[in-house]
Amino acid sequence: MMSDEELRRKVVEVLAEEFELDPDKMGPDATLYDDLGLDSLDAVDMVVVLEKTFKMKLTDEEALRSIRTMDDLFQFLLRLKSENKL
Amino acid sequence: MPVNRVVITGRGAVSPFGLGVETLLENVWAGRSAVCTMHEWSHIKGLKSLLAAPVPVFDPKKMLPRTVRRTMGLMALYATLAAQESIKDAALAEEQLVSGKTGVAIGSTTGSPTAYQDFYSRFLPDMAVEQIKSGEFFKMMGHSCAANVCLALGIKGEQWTPVSACTSAAQSIGLGYLMIQTGRQDVMLCGGADEVHPSVTGVFDLLRAASTRNDDPQHTPRPFDKDRDGVVCGGGGGILVLENFDVARKRGARIYGEILGFGNVNDSEHIANPHKDSMARAMTNAMQEAGLQPDEIDYVNAHATGTELGDRAEAAAINLAVNSDTPVSSFKGYIGHTLGAAGALELIILLEMLQRQEVVPTLNLEDADPECAVVNLVSSLKKHSMKTVLKNNFALGGVNAALAIRSMDS
Repeated sequence: MMSDEELRRKVVEVLAEEFELDPDKMGPDATLYDDLGLDSLDAVDMVVVLEKTFKMKLTDEEALRSIRTMDDLFQFLLRLKSENKL
Repeated sequence: MPVNRVVITGRGAVSPFGLGVETLLENVWAGRSAVCTMHEWSHIKGLKSLLAAPVPVFDPKKMLPRTVRRTMGLMALYATLAAQESIKDAALAEEQLVSGKTGVAIGSTTGSPTAYQDFYSRFLPDMAVEQIKSGEFFKMMGHSCAANVCLALGIKGEQWTPVSACTSAAQSIGLGYLMIQTGRQDVMLCGGADEVHPSVTGVFDLLRAASTRNDDPQHTPRPFDKDRDGVVCGGGGGILVLENFDVARKRGARIYGEILGFGNVNDSEHIANPHKDSMARAMTNAMQEAGLQPDEIDYVNAHATGTELGDRAEAAAINLAVNSDTPVSSFKGYIGHTLGAAGALELIILLEMLQRQEVVPTLNLEDADPECAVVNLVSSLKKHSMKTVLKNNFALGGVNAALAIRSMDS
C-alpha cells in the first residue's frame, strides 16, 4: 500500500502536470484558488485526474467543496485511504 | 443612410506552412506545396484519400497561458494565434481592443473534430460522461474559435460566428464589413479556422470529391487541370483586421485594401452540387454593391478546389460575371482546402498580390481542362496591374460568397 508521503508526492505530481504548476509552490498551506490560480473548471478536472490516478470515485461532493488548501486535499485523500477507499 | 468605408489594416495566419503571415507568403511565392501523405490514416476503413495539408505541430505552452489554452481545440488555438498576429500587425491599441467597439466574427466548419473524437470515444462505449474533462465542450461548441479569441484577447464587443463550412471565413469577413459599415463596431477581427482530421477528409471522400493521388502529394490538388481528382483538406486559421476607414486614417494605420462589396447567396438548388448561376450572382452582387462594372475587375481569386463539377461551374460563372480575359487563379494547390479558414488565408495572399502587383498562379495547373479554359487561367507567377479584385468562396449547402476588394493606392 502507498505510504502517506508517497500519496502526497503523487498528488503533487499529477496536479502539477495537469495544471502546469510549480511543485515547489504546492506546499500544504497553498490555497488551490488564490495561490495556485485554479478555478471551478479546474476543480472538475482535479476530480477527474485524482479518480484516474487512484482508480476510484470521489462522490462526497460536500467534502470536495470544503477543500481550500493542498493540505485539505491531502487530509481528504488520507481519510479515504484510512477507510480503504483509496 | 450613409455608410462607413471599411478597410483592412491587419493580417494574421496559422497555415499548413506554419506560424505567421510571412511563412505563408514566403512559401506560396516560392511555389511550394504543403500537402503530404497521411500514412497514419491508412488503418481507417474505407478511407481512400490519405492526403492533407496539416499545420505543422508546435508547442503552444509558451505562447498562451493554460487558463485560456485549456478550452481550445486546435482550431481555436490557430484562430487565437492568428488574431494575436493580426492585432500586432495592425498596431491596435489595448484600449481599442477592450473598448467594446472592437468585435469578432470568426467561423469554422464545426467545433474541433479532434475534441469530438476525444469526447465521444469516452462517451459512446459505455454511454458515460465520467472521465471527461471540463474543457471538452468549449472545444466542441460551434462558436469555439470566436469565444476563445475574445477570452484570450480581452475583446468585449460583438461576437459573431458564421458557421458555413468552406465559406465560414468569407461570411465572417462579409459580416464584419457590414458591422463596420453600419457603425455598430469600429474594428472587427474576422476570419476562420479549421483543423485537419480524417473524419473531415472522410466526408469529401465518401462524396467522391477527395483526391486519392496518395503517392504524389506534392502535385494535388490540381484546380482547373484536366487531371485533377478532387479536394485535399488543410488546416489553419486566418484573421483580418477590418476597420472603419476614418478611424484607421485618424490613427495613421497601414491599409492593405478596402472592402467595396459583398455578395452572399444560396443557390437553393442542391445541397452539394455547385451552381454556376448562383456563383455568378454572388460575384455580380458584390460588384453591384461596389458600383463596379465587370471590365473594372483586374483579377478573380477562385475558390476552385480541384473537383470537376466545382471548377467547371466556377469557370463558367466567372465567364458569365466578369470578362473572360480577366486573370484567374486558385491557391488550393499550395495549402489545400483549409475549409473554414480558406476565405481568410486566401485573402491574406490576395492582399499581398495587390501589394506586389503580381499574380500568384494556380499550383499544379499544367494542362487546363478545356471546360475551365473559358477564363484566363494563370499558371505562372507574373506581374500584373491590379486595383480591384474579386475573392470567391463557395460551400456545401449551396452557399456562394464573393468579396470585392480594392487596393488603397487607387
